[in-house]
Amino acid sequence: MAGSTLASPSAEPTVAATASKAAVSPGRETWRRFKRHRLAVASCFILGFLVLGVVIGPWLWPVAINEIDFSAQLQGPSWAHPFGTDDLGQDILARMMYGGRISLAVGLAAMIVATTVGVIIGALAGMSRKIVDPFLMWVTDLFLSLPQLPLLLLVIYLFREQLKAVFGVEGGVFVLIVVVIGGLRWMPVARLVRAQFLSLREKEFVEAARAQGATKLRQMVNHILPNALGPVIVAATIEVSSAIIAESTLSFLGLGFPPDIPTWGRLLFDAKDQLDTAPHWALFPGAAIFLTVLSINFIGDGLRDALDPRRVI
Amino acid sequence: MATYLIRRLLIAIPSLLGISVILFTILALAPGDPFSEMATNPNVPPEVREAIRASFGLNDPIWVRYLRWLTAMAQGDWGFSFASRINVDQLILQRLPTTLFVVGSSQILALCVALPVGIYAATRPYSVFDQIANTLAFIGFSLPTFFTGLLFILLFSVTLDWFPFVYRTDIAATGWRWYWEMFRQAIMPITVLGLFQAASYTRYVRSSVLDVIRLDYVTTARAKGLSERKVTLRHITRNALIPVVTLVALQMPAVFGGALVTEQIFRVPGIGSLLIDAILANDTPVIMAVTFVFSCLVVLFNLIADILYGWLDPRISFS
Repeated sequence: MAGSTLASPSAEPTVAATASKAAVSPGRETWRRFKRHRLAVASCFILGFLVLGVVIGPWLWPVAINEIDFSAQLQGPSWAHPFGTDDLGQDILARMMYGGRISLAVGLAAMIVATTVGVIIGALAGMSRKIVDPFLMWVTDLFLSLPQLPLLLLVIYLFREQLKAVFGVEGGVFVLIVVVIGGLRWMPVARLVRAQFLSLREKEFVEAARAQGATKLRQMVNHILPNALGPVIVAATIEVSSAIIAESTLSFLGLGFPPDIPTWGRLLFDAKDQLDTAPHWALFPGAAIFLTVLSINFIGDGLRDALDPRRVI
Repeated sequence: MATYLIRRLLIAIPSLLGISVILFTILALAPGDPFSEMATNPNVPPEVREAIRASFGLNDPIWVRYLRWLTAMAQGDWGFSFASRINVDQLILQRLPTTLFVVGSSQILALCVALPVGIYAATRPYSVFDQIANTLAFIGFSLPTFFTGLLFILLFSVTLDWFPFVYRTDIAATGWRWYWEMFRQAIMPITVLGLFQAASYTRYVRSSVLDVIRLDYVTTARAKGLSERKVTLRHITRNALIPVVTLVALQMPAVFGGALVTEQIFRVPGIGSLLIDAILANDTPVIMAVTFVFSCLVVLFNLIADILYGWLDPRISFS
């Protein structure tokens, strides 16, 4: 009776899934299964709202993020300032919309870096039958046992000035944070991809491709990789949320973006000394981080159910 | 078991060396020079600066510098802090017990929450309790520690005034009162870190219990007439814990990262806040040493997990 507990509450028994004969495209099938995870669908709406908010929000709420107004210091939420003001009288809503763009962009970009590196290393390890695989896995395990946050801090401390000179203040810190977060978070993806490759490369369809004379690269890119993508997509989704947390942590420690770029973590860092007089200052950015991360995690969970090749749903 | 132990120890050495290579490479690639301040100092002529550089061996090839650095680190000669003029190893030894106390207690708290909740949820899959526990776990690990920390301060220190939000080492009390005060100020950091870890551990425990709960030997145990309690505790839990140990070990880097943030929020004088202070003060020897200590701690806990693993599952230590 091993495995008779369904992998998810929205699952239906395997028999029913195979019984449905109607031919639907894989994309539509995935969407049908994703819809069954109600929290994931709700999270899509929340995340969509947040993304829309930071993308088009600044047009709808055209208040300058650095407009200092000493007559309105540390005010709570009001009609003039829906999310209140900070210690310089700057509008927190406007700052959050601007900073949110950066926070989300860092999350996405770091995810792309981490996933690309992870897929390449995992694919190389999974395809090689010689020394490359154990070596790459040793490197992966080594990176997994590195303490990421201290290392992030160390690298940013050492390289910040140099990159600032090359890419400018904003761009330099952005590139640095994205590369470092991405470079320290590729290991789970690499392991996943390797495991997928190890099992897929022995399958008949790959053997058929090999028999037809497909080169190793063609086998990898055209035949194995598309079939290994499901878990990678799930892992990439989770990667976005952990990158957002990593960036916010750095900014919260005061070592991420400079003060004139108010990412959500930076807003929290500035707000933490005024907790007793202006709690709203910390609560709104904190809630934004929390909602973003939570909804991305739920979407990842829904995708995991929907893309599971075992078709438990 | 003894050969297994020795093998594990031997595997730990290359990882430590690998970590030291990564750390040293980062440092060597970094721009800036410890003597850059001297370059702008008009009282130090360039020849003198060059002589000092040579006497510290800064002009040697990089692998010589790495080997020298490694032997010095291995001998316990970690240099001295630029900021406080104290030896780095002393500085770290002062701070380390606090970090280990906070991290250790929070791990115990996390396991005390995660084990019962995860096992109970998995024995009743998709019940109301399971769904609530699952949702709470999701919320728990989506809440970053810095935000929960601020929420705790806001709620328990500012509004309710139950706990102090600054961790002090100089409590003016003796005996039981001292322990009580220590306990009171440690509650919030430990809870913040513990609950964050408990959230992910609960999911691990639940899924690994779900994996074993339908296996035949569990049915056999039930068929023998063992009580449900005995089946769950003796037969299911012990086997389900094996993968959990590995997953907990994999979480160690994240745990120390969380400890760093928590220490910073609550001003706990551990090595995490030492690292932040050192970074803000450009105190390179301390930064390098603390990062290295963090890495060693992670490797050490992985080693402990491996040993536990071999003890829980004798098949592994014999293979």
